Amino acid sequence: MIMSKLTISPSPHIHAKDSTRRLMLDVVIALVPAAVCSFVFYGWREVLLMAVSIASCVLLEWAVTKFMLKKPSTIGDFSAVITGMLLAMNLPYTTPLWVVVIGAVVAIGVAKLTFGGIGQNIWNPALVGRVFLLVSFPTYMTTWGAPQGIVDAVSGPTPLGAIQEGLLQGSTVQEIMASNGYSYSQMLFANLGGSAGEVCALALLAGFVYLCIRKVIKPWITLSIFATVALTALVFWEINPERFTDSLFNLLSGGLILGACFMATDYVTSPMSLWGGVIFGVGIGFLTMMIRYFGPYPEGVSFAILIMNSVVPLLNMWFHQKKFGRK
Amino acid sequence: MSKNTFSIGGVHPHDSKLSRGCAIEQLPLAPAVYLQLSQHIGAPAKPIVAVGDKVKVGQPIAEPGGFVSSFIHSSVSGTVKSIAPRPDLAGNPQMCIEIAVEGDEWAEGIDLSDTLVTDIPEDNKAIIEKIRLAGVVGLGGATFPTHVKLSPPPGSKCEMVIINGCECEPYLTSDFRVLLEKGEQVVVGAAILSQVMGNVPCTIAVEVNKPEAIAHIEEIIGRLGFKGISVMPMKMRYPQGSEKQLIDAVMHRQVGSGALPISVGAVVQNVGTALAVYDAVQKNKPLVDNVLSVTGECFPHQANLQVRVGTPIKYIIDYLGGVPEDAVKVISGGPMMGRAIANLDASTLKGTSAVLFLTAKQTLRAPETACIRCGKCAGACPMGLEPFLLYRYAKVNDLEALEQNAAQDCIECGCCLYSCPAHIPLLDNIRQAKAAVLGAIRARAAAAKAAAEAKK
Repeated sequence: MIMSKLTISPSPHIHAKDSTRRLMLDVVIALVPAAVCSFVFYGWREVLLMAVSIASCVLLEWAVTKFMLKKPSTIGDFSAVITGMLLAMNLPYTTPLWVVVIGAVVAIGVAKLTFGGIGQNIWNPALVGRVFLLVSFPTYMTTWGAPQGIVDAVSGPTPLGAIQEGLLQGSTVQEIMASNGYSYSQMLFANLGGSAGEVCALALLAGFVYLCIRKVIKPWITLSIFATVALTALVFWEINPERFTDSLFNLLSGGLILGACFMATDYVTSPMSLWGGVIFGVGIGFLTMMIRYFGPYPEGVSFAILIMNSVVPLLNMWFHQKKFGRK
Repeated sequence: MSKNTFSIGGVHPHDSKLSRGCAIEQLPLAPAVYLQLSQHIGAPAKPIVAVGDKVKVGQPIAEPGGFVSSFIHSSVSGTVKSIAPRPDLAGNPQMCIEIAVEGDEWAEGIDLSDTLVTDIPEDNKAIIEKIRLAGVVGLGGATFPTHVKLSPPPGSKCEMVIINGCECEPYLTSDFRVLLEKGEQVVVGAAILSQVMGNVPCTIAVEVNKPEAIAHIEEIIGRLGFKGISVMPMKMRYPQGSEKQLIDAVMHRQVGSGALPISVGAVVQNVGTALAVYDAVQKNKPLVDNVLSVTGECFPHQANLQVRVGTPIKYIIDYLGGVPEDAVKVISGGPMMGRAIANLDASTLKGTSAVLFLTAKQTLRAPETACIRCGKCAGACPMGLEPFLLYRYAKVNDLEALEQNAAQDCIECGCCLYSCPAHIPLLDNIRQAKAAVLGAIRARAAAAKAAAEAKK
């Protein structure tokens, strides 16, 4: 009888054909321009660094899910690949490879799988890995060796590092900028020293635009971070331009663009609602600026995102979207 | 491009209107029809014929079983063979009147000519009574008895009649073909509805993927000279044809939770219903047939058929060449809200809008993976709910939290499951949770009423 051949299941009977794997693949694609730029500036060592980082993240996730958790492997969803890429882009390209592996173990093993794997982690895995390395191996994490890329690249401290150093020695912001030869156009297109993810603002922004067009991420988180950083910097710069860097400098320097576009927008560790996301973004932007201006570290994006990650469950509880026909 | 659309959520599935070019075709009569006694919202109808009776087309064979209920008319002429339970689309037994077809003799007084009657009777009460006697129910999906909708509770006032021609479900083309081929009747039907509701303005809402229909209806309105009727082109978006969403899109008013459209001054009727109203009022023709699409990529003989109510689905499919080899699912209705048919021997109902065939590739669900908290379900929900949250509460059966988070407002449109990248069966679970919450709300209301009466 024909009945036996028919499938019965509740509606809807069709699907948008989106999948976690496809979304994650889009993030990987969005990171490619920045990865290519970092290769151009830093050469094969950067490629090796990224390969080791991705391989250790994926292998670790595979091994832990298979042998310790004894669950179906989740490496097919590409989320470990993203963690590997982001971790590598947060490290100086000279980082010893064994340090990278330790970072991967902390990112995937501790920050992600201990909490239950994809969807369950509270903090962004790549950032936990990065911050762990920063506090454990500060020398490796702030040493910027001679570049080996195919174009001439600047070696030496990052702009944020130079500013902090200079201010401690009593110079004004303008003097430091001038003596290092920083210009905004240079900061936008490439390369004032730093990790792969800090090297080319334009390549990162291209990835951000791609993710917005593909509707993968929520633009309001990124935009509210940018707006808050710009506004906070404007206020302080107006008060004392010799002591505080201006808005544009803060938008273009350090890991702000990488963090705002690719780390703060991580689905798992960001709020779902519009207003939750905006407050999350404002918090990240403000904390970043406080750490940059007054903290012991020159850069504060990682810490700011991790701190705000901790607040996400509360933001999800407090902020809901407006329901149809209800006040 | 039209910007008219509802304000929250929604998705954009491919519209797949494969059968849009197929003119409405009359399906030859089946050897027997099976008319289900419960094919509308409300109490089942009560049979008023006995086994062995001879009946004509359009003769009432069952009367309303309550205020919210409807007449059922014989859709064929012949002999009543049985009044007995028969498995419906899902395989559940439903009381049906079986009529063996003999010839095609129509009951007295039904005008079968093609002449368009544009003069609308003045007595609104008589019009509503005619609609009731003709067994007209809402053909947009809910099959709510139309005469009830046209009799709003005292104190409420209708400000606009909306004729729903959105047909936002992919694949469906029956409303589109009716607008193209029976546009005059639909417009007169709309005029009747707007007169009954107190000469209020009437908006015919049609999505922009049907430009021919929009132009055609505009031309007819101009030609027939009806004042107060207009066409509103709508942006393509699902679920635009849902009653609450359509009112939001057309009138920018949101019907509250648990409230009726009339609470914001709206009455919504489907295109098919407007046609049925015309037939009932102007032609004395009860609701005995409707237009349905038979479609799907794997189905070679796309068609829009005018089908007598109660025709076995299998008869329709066989007429068009049988179930295609690679179809794994046959659906009554559209792919977003339609129901999978378990039993092809079941018969059509007044509200059956399509028979759709889907292949395994089109319809099989991917395995469920972990929620990544992307929030796409919440972004897609046209009611502004948070399906991921309701799903979690549904899993632990927390009725209180479900009610607080408005599970009862779910319209079961399927946008959440459609857009979930982790393929989590959100709606499957929320649907059950919603039923449980509604049950709890009703039980509470009943208990409160009993307590109030005990005090007296």
